[in-house]
Amino acid sequence: MLDKAISGSRTYYMWLAGLLGVIGVGFGCYLYQLTNGLGVTGLSRDVSWGFYIAQLTYLVGVAASGVMLVLPYYLHNHKVFGKITILGEFMAVAAIMMCGLFVLVDLGQPMRALNIILYPTPNSILFWDMLVLNGYLLLNLVIGWSVLQAETKGDTVEKWVKVLIYISIPFAISIHTVTAFLYAGLPGRHFWLTAIMAARFLSSAFCAGPAILLLIILFLRKAVKFEVKDEAVRSLAVIITYAMIINIFFLGLEFFTAFYSQIPGHMHSFIYLYKGLDGHGKLVPWMWASSILAVFCLALLIPPRFRRNEKLLPVALVSLVAATWIDKGLGLVVAGFIPNPLDHVTEYAPTLPELAISLGIYAIGALVVTVLYKIAVEVKKDALDHH
Amino acid sequence: MDKTRRNFLKVVGLAAAAGLVLKPAGKGFAMDLVRRVPEGAAPTDKALKAGRWAMVVDTKKFTDASREAVMEACRKAHNIPVMRDPRHALKWIWDENYENAFPEQMNEHIPEYQKKNKVLVMCNNCANPACVRVCPTKATFKRPDGIVMMDYHRCIGCRFCMAACPYGSRSFNFEDPRKSLTEIDPSYPTRTKGVVEKCNFCAERLARGMQPACVAACRNKELIFGDATDPKSEVSRILDERFNIRRRPELGTQPQVYYLT
Repeated sequence: MLDKAISGSRTYYMWLAGLLGVIGVGFGCYLYQLTNGLGVTGLSRDVSWGFYIAQLTYLVGVAASGVMLVLPYYLHNHKVFGKITILGEFMAVAAIMMCGLFVLVDLGQPMRALNIILYPTPNSILFWDMLVLNGYLLLNLVIGWSVLQAETKGDTVEKWVKVLIYISIPFAISIHTVTAFLYAGLPGRHFWLTAIMAARFLSSAFCAGPAILLLIILFLRKAVKFEVKDEAVRSLAVIITYAMIINIFFLGLEFFTAFYSQIPGHMHSFIYLYKGLDGHGKLVPWMWASSILAVFCLALLIPPRFRRNEKLLPVALVSLVAATWIDKGLGLVVAGFIPNPLDHVTEYAPTLPELAISLGIYAIGALVVTVLYKIAVEVKKDALDHH
Repeated sequence: MDKTRRNFLKVVGLAAAAGLVLKPAGKGFAMDLVRRVPEGAAPTDKALKAGRWAMVVDTKKFTDASREAVMEACRKAHNIPVMRDPRHALKWIWDENYENAFPEQMNEHIPEYQKKNKVLVMCNNCANPACVRVCPTKATFKRPDGIVMMDYHRCIGCRFCMAACPYGSRSFNFEDPRKSLTEIDPSYPTRTKGVVEKCNFCAERLARGMQPACVAACRNKELIFGDATDPKSEVSRILDERFNIRRRPELGTQPQVYYLT
């Protein structure tokens, strides 16, 4: 099947070459960071995690796109998803690979990364995150590949693959839960110390992941005549809408607890994000943009008339992705460090090398998605021609 | 040794089951397993011992000059450079305003000396340390005598401990610290970029029978160091007698730095 990845149109090759270029620039910047230390980033003693870890957090969510197709298809026999579950699984593969890379570039001593395995420490949530993320990556890679292989031969999926598929469903829940636990169990970081963190991670993942997937599906439908039924698009849009509503509801719960209790520690990070604290408010415009985009996308997603409109749906999805990315991929991580334990405010903004490295990792993800989707789409086309 | 090896093999089995096949790295690995005594901290006959080390900070006694002397003694003893960029500062023991050291204790009216006098803060060497709980490699660990230690050779620089520490007591080497050092004290190792460091209650000096550098730099007993589990120790007697507070005790970390105010 791999041969399908190396025969394509001129545009396909141009796209791959472009991605390789971005990866090259990112890699160059990483060598610069490796030589000079993490001081080349905007990170500091007070905000010690930033853009990299925020992307890890967001991309764990994107990996959830798989389960939102797999669960309805395999557990509820929602047949219209049959053709596209593979896209969800391959998206998960690329997303988790990016997660791993974002952790790696965030390490001060990346050559010692294997210490996590050499000195396994079960009381550290990072150890468990490593296990579940790698497990989910492996599951999706094996499942996606086997399902596709069965399809080329015109066979049905083998039994052991089905078992893996069922295992992958709780696994998907675990990657969000464990990643949320990285934050939710730390004393003294009020913004993160909230029992609803894992639930928030799940809700934002179940809207953002499928939204990105649906955007790609709509693109494939236009660009390469990949056949997806309207009904599949519609039911995925409904799932996204519900998940986004729940996501916003959970955020509202956080606001209530912080501001009704009036406990300063619980309010400070929110005030920093939405109003600015002690004259510092770099993230304020971002957070308001996120709020407006969230309301806007829901206004387009909730009324069925708009949601089913093929022109409006992509607009709604792009707004949703942007809103959740700002909220989870920027605000959540940075605001946990502000104010610092000594009640000082140190702000954070990523530097150019930091952004270039991140872009390079996203390009690696895009490359993986492109190649895997290319194979999947061609296999499906062949299968159609044969029947 | 056997026990740790068995544990290690158990987990390798587990990791292999999770699809992570790896090869134990022979000799180098075994070396690392036994090297749990960081350089310079190997105990001698004169070593000072305790059930749980604790520090008392007599805030009223400090002057600007004595605080500076204490901080300077620590920087010298541990090769801690003053970084040009404050975002990359390496802090083991430093001074803060009272309202920053004790944000929850800041009242509208407090004695003038508290408003004016800064407070020395450092790693609390907690009896229930969050940093140790989150470290994925055991690079930071708690010794039987309560000191929370760093293994600079094992730290991968993930900075999870910095997120977990509710006192801001951990620093990360964002750049090569050696470049910013003018003189080096060979009795304590310098660090490389990419690892976390913090106050260790001068474990390396205790091992040689000496009091911590900050305590030794005090002329007027501004800092008192000793065994909190020994009822006859000086720290126990002072804490029994005088009202004392700790930073953020409500978090359950059981900080071992006590403040007399």
